[in-house]
Amino acid sequence: MKAHQADRFATIMLWIGSLAIVAILIAFLTLILGRGLPHLTSEFFNGPDGVRGQLFNSFYILFLSLVLSLPVGLGAGIYMAEYAPKNKFTDLIRLSTESLASVPSIVFGLFGMIVFVNMFGLGFTILGGSATLALLNLPILVRVTEESLRAVPRSYREASLALGATMWQTLRKVILPTALPGLITGITLVAGRALGETAILIFTAGMNVSRIPFDVNPLAAGETLAVHLFAVKSNPLPGTNADQIADGTAALLIIMVIVFNICLTLPSRWLQRRQLGRNKV
Amino acid sequence: MPQRKSWVYYNDRLSRYLFISSAVLVSLIILCIIWFVGMQGLSTFREVSIIEFFTSSKWSPDSGKFGALTFIAGSIGTTLIAILLGGPLGLAGAVFLAEIAPPWVRAFMRPATDLFAGIPSVVYGYVGITVIVGLTGKLTNSPTGYGMLAAGIVLAIMILPTVISLSEDALRSLPRTYKEASLALGATRWQTIRRVLVPAASPGILTAIILAMARAIGETMAVQMVIGNSPRFPDSLGSPTSTLTSNIVMEMGNTPFGSTWNNGLFMMAFILLIIALIMIILVRTASRKGAAR
Amino acid sequence: MDKIVVNKLDLFYGDQQALNNIGIAMKERSVTALIGPSGCGKSTFLRTLNRMQDLIPSVKIMGQVKIDGQDIYAAGTDVVLLRKKVGMVFQNPNPFPKSVFENVAYGPRIHGETDKKKLSEIVETSLKDAALWNEVKDRLHESALGLSGGQQQRLCIARLLAVGPEILLMDEPTSALDPISTMKIEELISELKDKYTIIIVTHNMHQASRVSDRTAFFLSGDLIEEDVTSVLFTRPAKKKTEDYISGRFG
Repeated sequence: MKAHQADRFATIMLWIGSLAIVAILIAFLTLILGRGLPHLTSEFFNGPDGVRGQLFNSFYILFLSLVLSLPVGLGAGIYMAEYAPKNKFTDLIRLSTESLASVPSIVFGLFGMIVFVNMFGLGFTILGGSATLALLNLPILVRVTEESLRAVPRSYREASLALGATMWQTLRKVILPTALPGLITGITLVAGRALGETAILIFTAGMNVSRIPFDVNPLAAGETLAVHLFAVKSNPLPGTNADQIADGTAALLIIMVIVFNICLTLPSRWLQRRQLGRNKV
Repeated sequence: MPQRKSWVYYNDRLSRYLFISSAVLVSLIILCIIWFVGMQGLSTFREVSIIEFFTSSKWSPDSGKFGALTFIAGSIGTTLIAILLGGPLGLAGAVFLAEIAPPWVRAFMRPATDLFAGIPSVVYGYVGITVIVGLTGKLTNSPTGYGMLAAGIVLAIMILPTVISLSEDALRSLPRTYKEASLALGATRWQTIRRVLVPAASPGILTAIILAMARAIGETMAVQMVIGNSPRFPDSLGSPTSTLTSNIVMEMGNTPFGSTWNNGLFMMAFILLIIALIMIILVRTASRKGAAR
Repeated sequence: MDKIVVNKLDLFYGDQQALNNIGIAMKERSVTALIGPSGCGKSTFLRTLNRMQDLIPSVKIMGQVKIDGQDIYAAGTDVVLLRKKVGMVFQNPNPFPKSVFENVAYGPRIHGETDKKKLSEIVETSLKDAALWNEVKDRLHESALGLSGGQQQRLCIARLLAVGPEILLMDEPTSALDPISTMKIEELISELKDKYTIIIVTHNMHQASRVSDRTAFFLSGDLIEEDVTSVLFTRPAKKKTEDYISGRFG
C-alpha cells in the first residue's frame, strides 16, 4: 500500500534528520574538547599569555550584570504576573519586553557604547560592559519570572490573603519560595547566555586585561574569555601560540556551558523535592 | 502587634511601587535604545542620500561613497541560507521529538538541543573557522571557503534549538483529539502529521521560523568570523563578503564617533533594530491568528 | 447577638447580576449552612463576607455587610484586619508547600509574632483544636503536601485558627474528601461552634442538617428562605425550597 510505504519512508527520514542533529552536536563537542583539553594546563591559565585574567573578568562581569539586572527583571516580572491589570499599559509593557528580547546583541553593544563610553566618557570599562550586558539579561529575566510565578497555584494566594496577609507578605513568604526552582533555572539560563556574550562586550568592556591579577576595579577595561577567543582567532598576533590559546579557550567555554546546564537542573530538582516532601499518606 | 501594622502596609505599598517602576523602566530602555541608535544612525542622511545608502553597493568611506546594499544583501542572503538549511532539519527534529521519538530518546535529545542553545556564538565562529570553512571551500571551489555559504551553515546550526523547541511546543500543545480523530479514520501516522498536526500547529511553527530568522540576521560574532569581511557584493556563495553585523564589528573600532562613516555604521544597527521589531510584530500577529482559531 | 448583618446586598460580574438584594443576619457562636444548586450564588455570597470577591476584576458590590456593627465595605476598611477576623476554608485543601509547622505558623508570623516559644504554643493549640495534633505531632517538620487530603483540610483549619479569627467561612470544605475525613471535619465543626461563628456552604443537604443551626437556601442569586435548620428541612415556607429539598431539581 502506498500510504504505508510513505509512512515508513517518512519515519526513516525523520529518524535520520534527528540523528543528524545529535551527530552535529557530538561532532561539535568532540572537536572542541578534543582540540582544546590538552592545552588546559597551568601554563594556559597562569603563563605570560595566560587567560586567568579573562576567566576572572568573565565571572566578574557576569556577577555585576546580574546584580544590576536581577532587581529590575524580577520586579517587572512580578508586576506582570501578580499586579498587572488587563489594559493598554500592560500591553505596552509586554510589547516592550518582547521587543527588548529581540534586539540583536550588537545593537545593545552600540547603545552601550553611546551611553557609557561616549556620553559618560568612561571609555571601555567593566562597569559599562556589565550594565549593557544587564540590558540583555532583563527581558529574559522578566519572562522567566512571570512564567514561574504564574505556575504557582492560585489557591496558595487565596489561602494566604484569606489569612489576612498583604500582597507583599504573600509574595515574599508563599509565592516566591514556591516559584524558586523555576526562578533558579531561569537565572542560570540567563547567566549561561551572558557568560558567552561577545558582541556587547567588545564595544563596552574592550579587549584589554588589567595587569593586576583579579583587578576588581569596575572602571578598568575587562576582556572576557569569549571576547578573548574572538580576538585571538580573528586577529592572531604574530609570534604567539594563538591557535593553541583559541583551542583551549573554546574548550574552557564549552566546559562552562556544560557545567551551567547541569546546574540548571540539579538545585531546582532538589528544592522541588524538599517542598513536596515524601509523597505518602 | 498593632504598632507593626503600619510597617506592614508601608512595605506592601512600597513594594508595589517598586514593581511598577521596574516594569516602566524596562519599557523606557527599549525606547531609549530606539531613540539613541536611531538618532545617531539617521544623522548619516545629512551627508548621504537615502537612495545611495540603500541602492548602491559601493562602500568606500575614504572617498565618500556610502552604499550599504552589499551588507544588506549579505545579511539577507546568509539568513535565507540558514533558514533553508536549518528550518526543515529543525522541523524534522521537532516532529520527531513530539510524535515519534521513544521516551528515552527524547529524554536524551531534548537536553542535547538545549545544550546547542547554550554554546556561545564565538565558539560557533571558532568551529566555523576550524572546520566548516574548509568544507565550504571544497563545495564552492573557492580558495578560502569564507563567504555566505559558510556563514549560512553556521547560522543554520545556531538556529536549530530555537526551531526545534518552539515547534515541538506548538505540536505538543495540540489537543489529543486531533490525532486520535485522524488515526481513527485509518490515516497513517505520517498522513496524520502532514495533513492534520503540522497544519494545525502552523502558527506556532511560523513563530519559531520568524524568531529563528531574527536570531540569524542579528547574529554577529559567528558570522563575522567566517564571512570573509570584504565589502564586495555577494555574487557567489563561496566568495568573501560582509553583512550588516560583521561590518559594524570590523569598522566600529577605527572610525571616530560622530563621523559620517561612524554614523553609517549606526544606521546599519538601526536597520537591524527595525527588522527585529518588525519580526516581533509578525510573531504577535501569527500567535494571535493561532489563538483565534 | 447578631455577629453578621447583611442588608440589601447586590453583586455584579460586569453587567451580570449574581446576587440580588440579599438580607440575612447570623448569630454569634452558631453554624449557618448555605445551600442551593450550583451557580446559585452561595459561594459568591460567602466570599463577599471576607472581601475575597474583591480579588476578581470587574466585580461590583452594593449594599451593606456589617460585622460587629461595622460596615466592611465602608471606605477605609482595613481588608487585611478583616480577613484576619473572618477566616476562610476552601473547597480544595490548599496547604502551602512548606512543613506542617510552617503552615500553621504562617499566619501568626505575618501578623508579627516572632517569639519561637509562643509560635510553638500557637501551633500546638491550633493543631489540637483542629483535631490533628495526634496525627502529626511526630512529623511537624515534614512537608504538609505529604499528608492525606482529609489531614490537609484539617491542617488548613488549624492554620486558620492560629490567626485567631472570630468567624469561619467554609466553602464546601468536604467536597474533595472521603466519607471518613468528612465525618471528622463535621465533628470538628460542632466542636468549633462553641468558640466561633461558622458559615458553611454545602451542596450536601444531609451535611447541612447534621452540622448547622440555621440554613439559608439560595436560588439564582436570590435568598429564597432562611430559618432554623430543622424547620427549613421539615416545614419550608416557600414552594421553591420544598421543591429543592425534596429533590425535585438541582
